[in-house]
Parts: sequence; structure tokens; C-alpha cells
Amino acid sequence: MKQQISPLKKTFLYAFLFLGVIISVFPFYWMFVGATNPSGEIFKVPPNFLPGDYGWENFKNLNENIGIIRVMGNSLFITLTFTAISAIVCTAAGYAFAKFQFKGRNAIFFMLLVAIMIPYHVTLIPLFEIFGSVGWLNTFQAVILPQVAYPFAIFLMRQNMQSIPDSLLEAARVDGAGEFHIFFRIVLPVMRPALAAVAIFLFMFQWNNFIWPLVVLQSQEMYTLPVALSSLVGMSRIDYGQVMMGTTLSTLPIMIFFLLLQKQFISGILGGSVKE
Amino acid sequence: MSQPNAEQMANTNQETNKQPSKKPGPSSQKPKSRKKWITPKTVPYLFILPAVTFFLIFTVYPVISSLLLSFQTRAGSGYEFVGLDNYIRLFQDTLFYKALGNTFLILLIQVPIQLFLAVVIAVALNSQLVKMKSFFRIAFFMPAITALVASSIIFMIILDENYGLANYVLSLFGIEAIAWLSDPFWAKVALMAAITWRWTGYNMVIFLAGLQNIPVSLYEAAEMDGAGKVRQFFYITVPQLKPIFLFTFVLSTIGTLQLFDEPYILTQGGPNNATLTITLYLYQNGFRYFDFGYASAIAYVLVLIIGVLSWAQMKWAGEDK
Repeated sequence: MKQQISPLKKTFLYAFLFLGVIISVFPFYWMFVGATNPSGEIFKVPPNFLPGDYGWENFKNLNENIGIIRVMGNSLFITLTFTAISAIVCTAAGYAFAKFQFKGRNAIFFMLLVAIMIPYHVTLIPLFEIFGSVGWLNTFQAVILPQVAYPFAIFLMRQNMQSIPDSLLEAARVDGAGEFHIFFRIVLPVMRPALAAVAIFLFMFQWNNFIWPLVVLQSQEMYTLPVALSSLVGMSRIDYGQVMMGTTLSTLPIMIFFLLLQKQFISGILGGSVKE
Repeated sequence: MSQPNAEQMANTNQETNKQPSKKPGPSSQKPKSRKKWITPKTVPYLFILPAVTFFLIFTVYPVISSLLLSFQTRAGSGYEFVGLDNYIRLFQDTLFYKALGNTFLILLIQVPIQLFLAVVIAVALNSQLVKMKSFFRIAFFMPAITALVASSIIFMIILDENYGLANYVLSLFGIEAIAWLSDPFWAKVALMAAITWRWTGYNMVIFLAGLQNIPVSLYEAAEMDGAGKVRQFFYITVPQLKPIFLFTFVLSTIGTLQLFDEPYILTQGGPNNATLTITLYLYQNGFRYFDFGYASAIAYVLVLIIGVLSWAQMKWAGEDK
């Protein structure tokens, strides 16, 4: 394609893109500035635009205030446990839907597809009652269990599993390999990229999950990061240095992962709807 | 593994029958602890069993239970059936209409703006003039990795009326401070801005992938016919991206109808319910007033709306093909 490069056009294009970049990235910088300065600094006129050295103080205060170390531990434990269980459950189901013929397959799969459309909020109240009736309100399992069979993750795994050649599975069966052996030793290794994308998707869902933990977790020592942060801004006197430190702590780990594994991350967060 | 001995024996025998040359014994491999009922016929059920069990308990049962609950109201320590009372009350509830109106206003204004921005950025990034494509892609995608709670908090701080950065920047241009979070109009604007910031890059990446799948030959042919860039955009890019438009539109619609985290943090639905959304109202009724029956009715109206809209969008897309 012939391309006439007019310098004016080019300048305009770059100006537009850089403006977009600044809008996208600046709030992160601002968060960092807030986290490393005493509460008032970002609210001064003119505001302080530079990171300070008050980060450690903010962290200590935040830990005294809401026990941020414990909160981060809670979030990490819940998210990792959920991701591990859900990834294996959804992958196994996706494998069955993709690679086996069995009675009821289409009907069950159709139900899962319908469930993708159903807003998760519909289940909040019955879930609250279920966990209440077994005495599991304010527990980690109450946060972890409800979304383990994540319909969208099952759907994605099924789509990906379809690329596995049947001949590979047949060859293994002829060799006398058991079905579970085939799944764990042959299917899972082949599916590693898809598995990574789905795991990132599930991880992000749970790390950022808000409304259900907000409903079911009732005491501060059980809070996850988003719930703790929301309690922090709900206080009558808000310390913005602490708030910004809290948001930084919830964002930074994900950001580092993202910068390291951009491709998997993007395809993971988009739920594999974009093929790289 | 706690395998009964008899079964192991059976397994060993099977193995022996298949490969008579191999003698089972300490020298050969341990007999596989495979149960007889694990065959290619039964195994798919085992693979879906955990997922289906979780799905039945934590999705199917709650969805049904919620429907039943929407026809009940709390009476003493239990519930009693009240027929359509909750729904009748809902259709007379001005606050519910307000929540519905706010949600649809966001849907009609914010979603088109966001998708338009996303497609424009995607087209710009796809241009051959632009270098450092992956840098731009990462930068634009960055907001999509933040927790909604975190991004809402950052916006809340930037938009603070007295000392926020937004008003400071405006003051440099001689513009008076805007009551971002306490004026009903500006609170809606603030909410939409926060959502747009969070989701534009996400949609942009989807469009970018779609753009890369458009055959270059189409543009070459158009170029030869003398079509300019703008015409190419409207006559090639837009029609070719139609499935992607539909996909992002359905996603954004479902997302907007379930909008909760942002208004909960940013404005708590205020001022004067100007940013009250359907799910925020559901949450308030369910977990502030503990009116489970009424909240379930709200949830089911939401299901109905999402169902109808998704169906309409799919149908509209299908007919045009």
C-alpha cells in the first residue's frame, strides 16, 4: 500500500495517542504520589506532584488502622486457592465437553452458556442464605466456593480443547494409558498456554471481586483488599495517604505481573476472545 | 491409594490378558490402580462432575431460589407467599425507576462514547505511521488491570471538589471549581468518566485484534478506486468490524446493567440518588434493609432486561447478515 506521510498528520496522530497515554497512565502515577506523601500533600494548592518518602509511614499507619498485611494475606490466599481449584474444575469440564460424546452433553453445555448471561447478582441473596444456614458467613470458603464452576472459563477451555487432535488421545489409549493419565500427562501440558490465560482470567476476577465478599465478610480480619479499601473510604475521617497506599498495594502486584507477561495477560483478561 | 486388593487383582488380570508376554510381578510396572468403571464411556461424566456439582449448588439452586423468593415476603421468622406483590410494588417505586433511568442513561451515553474512543484509538494504532505499537498497547490497556474499587477510589480523590487535581487543573484555565461528586449532573459525568477510563483500553485491544484480521487487499482495492481514508473507514473498516462491534456492545451492555463497584465507591448512589444503579438498589434492599423478597424481584427484572436486550442485539446482528 502506498503511504504518503504528511508530517502534520503524523504529529497530530502522535499527539492524540500521547494524550491518551497520559490519561491512561497518569492516575497510576498520582496514586503513587499519594501513597508516598502525607495525607494533605496531594490536596495542597498547588499540589505536590512528586513522590515523597512518607510511604513507609503510610504503610505502618494503614497496617495499624485496618491490618493491611493480614488483608493482603487474605486476598492472596483466597485468590490463589480459588484460581487453583477453579482452573482444574473448569479445565476438566471443558475437556469433557470438547473431546467426548456423551448423553446430555449439549443440554448441560447449553445451560452453562445461558448462565454466562445471568447476572451474578441474582444469586447473592440465596448464597447468603445457604452460607448462613451452614454457619459459613464470614469465612474464606464462602468467598471461594460460589464461582468455582465459572461458566465462561469452562466455555473457553472447551473452545481451546477442540484443537487437540483426537488421534493423540486415541494413540495414548491404544498404548493402554488410563483416562486420568491422559488428562494430566498429555492434555494439560499441551494446553498450557490456554490454561495460563484462563488462570489469569480467574485470578483477576477473584482479586478484584467486590460485591460478594462485601456481603459475606463481616469482620475486618477477614476482609479482602477491595472490601478493606471500601471500608477505608467509608470512614468518617479519611487519611488519603493511607487510602492511596492501599490502592497501590492492590494494584502494584498485578501491574508487575502484567508488565512481565503482557501477552498472556491481555488474552487472559479478555478471556481468550482475542487470539494473539 | 486405598485400593481393595480384589480390584487390583482384577486389574492385573486384565492387563495380563492384553499383553500375555508381560508377566505381572515385581519386575514389571506396578499394576495400574485403574478402576473398571473408568472407561471412555463413563469418564466424561467424571470430568464434568465437579463442575456440575458446584454449578448446581451455587448457581442453579440460587437462581431458582431467588425466583421463588421474589414472590415471597418476610413474615415473622419465615417467609410467606405474596404472589406478585413485590413486582407490583416495584412498578410503583419511583426510586426503582430512577435507578433504571440512571442505568439506561449511562448505557446510552457512556457505552457509545467508550466504543467510539476505543475504535478510534485502535485504528490510529493500527496505522502504519505509528511506531512503538506495543508500548501504546500496554499503556492503553493498563487501566483494565486495576480493581474497580481501586480505580474508583483514585477518581474519587482526583475529583475531590475542594482540593482535587481535576479542579486544580481547571483553575489554571480560569474555570471555576466543579462539584463533581455532589451535583447530580456532574456526579453522572464523573461516574461515566471513571467507567470510560477503566474500559476503553480493554475494548480497544479487542478492536485492534479485529482490525488486524481485515485483509489488506480490501484497502488496496479501495485505494485504487480513489477512495480516501475517511471513506475507507466507513465503507471497509466499520462493516468488517461489525461482529466485533456487536461483541463489545453486548459485553458493555451487560457490564453497565450490572454496574455496582464504581457508584458504590464514588458516590454511594448520591447525590439525591443521581447515580443510583439497578444493582446498587438491589444491594441496598437486600443487605441494608434485608428485604430479600423485594431485592430478588429487582434481580429478576434485571435478568429479564439483560435477556431481552441480549436477544434483541443478537437478532439484530443475525438479520443483517
